[in-house]
Amino acid sequence: MELLRIEDLSKSFGAIKVADGVNLTVKEGEALGIIGPNGAGKTSLFNLISGSLRPDSGSVHFIGKNITALSMENRCRAGMGRTFQIPRSFCQMTVLENCLVAATAGGRKSETQSYLRCAEILDQMRLIKKANVLAGNLSLLERKALEVARALSSSPRLLLLDEIAGGLTDAEAGELVKMIKLVHQGGTTILWIEHIVHALMAVATRLMVVNFGAMVMEGDPAEVMQSSLVKRIYMGMEAA
Amino acid sequence: MTTELKARAIRVKQSSPVSCISAVGAALLVAFLISAPSWIDRGHLSLLVEFFYFLALAQMWNLLAGFAGIISLGQQAFLGLGGYVVFFAAMRMGWNPVAALVLAGVVGGLVAVPGALIVFRLHGAYLAIGTWVVAETFKLAFSEVKSLGAGSGISLLAAVARAVRIGPFSRDTVLYGAALLIALLSIVCSYVLLRSQAGLALTAIRDNEATARSVGVNSLRIKLLVFVGTGFGTALTGALIYLSKLRISPAAAFDINWTSYMIFIVVIGGIGTLEGPIVGTLVFFLLRQYLADLGSWYLIVLGVVAVVVMLKMPSGLWGTFAKNRDISLFPTRRRLFLNADEYADPGKLRA
Repeated sequence: MELLRIEDLSKSFGAIKVADGVNLTVKEGEALGIIGPNGAGKTSLFNLISGSLRPDSGSVHFIGKNITALSMENRCRAGMGRTFQIPRSFCQMTVLENCLVAATAGGRKSETQSYLRCAEILDQMRLIKKANVLAGNLSLLERKALEVARALSSSPRLLLLDEIAGGLTDAEAGELVKMIKLVHQGGTTILWIEHIVHALMAVATRLMVVNFGAMVMEGDPAEVMQSSLVKRIYMGMEAA
Repeated sequence: MTTELKARAIRVKQSSPVSCISAVGAALLVAFLISAPSWIDRGHLSLLVEFFYFLALAQMWNLLAGFAGIISLGQQAFLGLGGYVVFFAAMRMGWNPVAALVLAGVVGGLVAVPGALIVFRLHGAYLAIGTWVVAETFKLAFSEVKSLGAGSGISLLAAVARAVRIGPFSRDTVLYGAALLIALLSIVCSYVLLRSQAGLALTAIRDNEATARSVGVNSLRIKLLVFVGTGFGTALTGALIYLSKLRISPAAAFDINWTSYMIFIVVIGGIGTLEGPIVGTLVFFLLRQYLADLGSWYLIVLGVVAVVVMLKMPSGLWGTFAKNRDISLFPTRRRLFLNADEYADPGKLRA
């Protein structure tokens, strides 16, 4: 089943086109990875999907409904869970409370109904021992894991990950990727925008490459990475 | 089946041993304060009345600025409005002054609804200045109303002042009781709100509004609730203040100093905590009692205290004290208690 469909989405800031007629679909159960060099429009595309940016033209459809005009909070309630590139926890609330906010507000469950689900998510994200710790006291890896845990707490149909592996050491990123892989295997559909390609390759079932606000290529992750086009625009720019 | 058993391994509690002790202490203190009019002299009683309404005003500004992120410099608009409503209702409409107190609160709440349209369009410094301008407009508008004494203000008729009594209780006792009730309500309502599910969302807004919205929190609705609620409470408190002062004028009732004192108390005590405004009001009154003789030096000392606390203890006296001590007199935090064995192996106890 088609979960997310984006049609001809465009957005400009002055003369800079951050999204230039983007089309994409996400099917239920898949893990779509989106890569691209710095400034390719990845984060803008992410913000257009999650609702913190409004497009100039085009539309976003989610579970059969046009949600282009829907606010960020209502997109969450409709079933989109998102993380932030730089972790944005509720620092003076405990790890458990961070999840409870999402479960009650976004997941629309009562607080008591949410305790077990939140505890299970924290267990899955290896944060259960930190449940009563203030989020502001966590390490970077733990805060990244909390980003995912908080997003999962609203019981999303689609999980949106924004450069979740950025800033971590290779070992830490590996740990996080393992957890995310389990989340995907547990049946959550994922759209993951990432700069660190090898993290993405471990989870993505389909890969899309963007550059200058437009989709350049998409397909099986291994095949896409092998293509000379991707090597040129992506690896080439990275080396420069 | 497994889920049910797993659920039994999980407990979430909001209270703690310290909070149980503080609850008993609070109950004793309230009983003590209720009995005060029968044995405290008039001078100290009116000091307590003042203490209570500053506590209530600060607690409400804390909810507004510390939790909902609405840094308003215009709360004196509600305060003065409440004062004028109670004067108008009691003298021009013949209302019982005590009933007029409630009317003042309702008018404050109603005015907050269109007020929110202005407030929620502005952010940060613009919001602060915008609310201040609105309050100044109120001051100018009331200066034009001749039937309420225009710019020079109006005194409460002696007959109306005498009508402030309920049964056998004198004016002083009624005003004291009302002030105590308003202070307690400001704390209890904030506490109940913060412990509730809406409080979870409000606390999240305090920490990061954008993130709160990204997890589905309808921040506009909660902020509107807080703005209207504090509008009601601030107008009610203003009505009580001017019922005890017996005279009202636009320059005094819509004075920005009202909000300055609220800010001072909340910032000194600890913004974004329920204990902060209580500590702040105590400090404010101690400074006032001992420094009032210093004349204008008193305000300079207040300013210096505010600057030093902001620089050295940005989370206020209570915030600095409670940090890392995990102490809370009004616990709102949810704590997870996990029976690890039972959680890991839900069937174990059954087998």
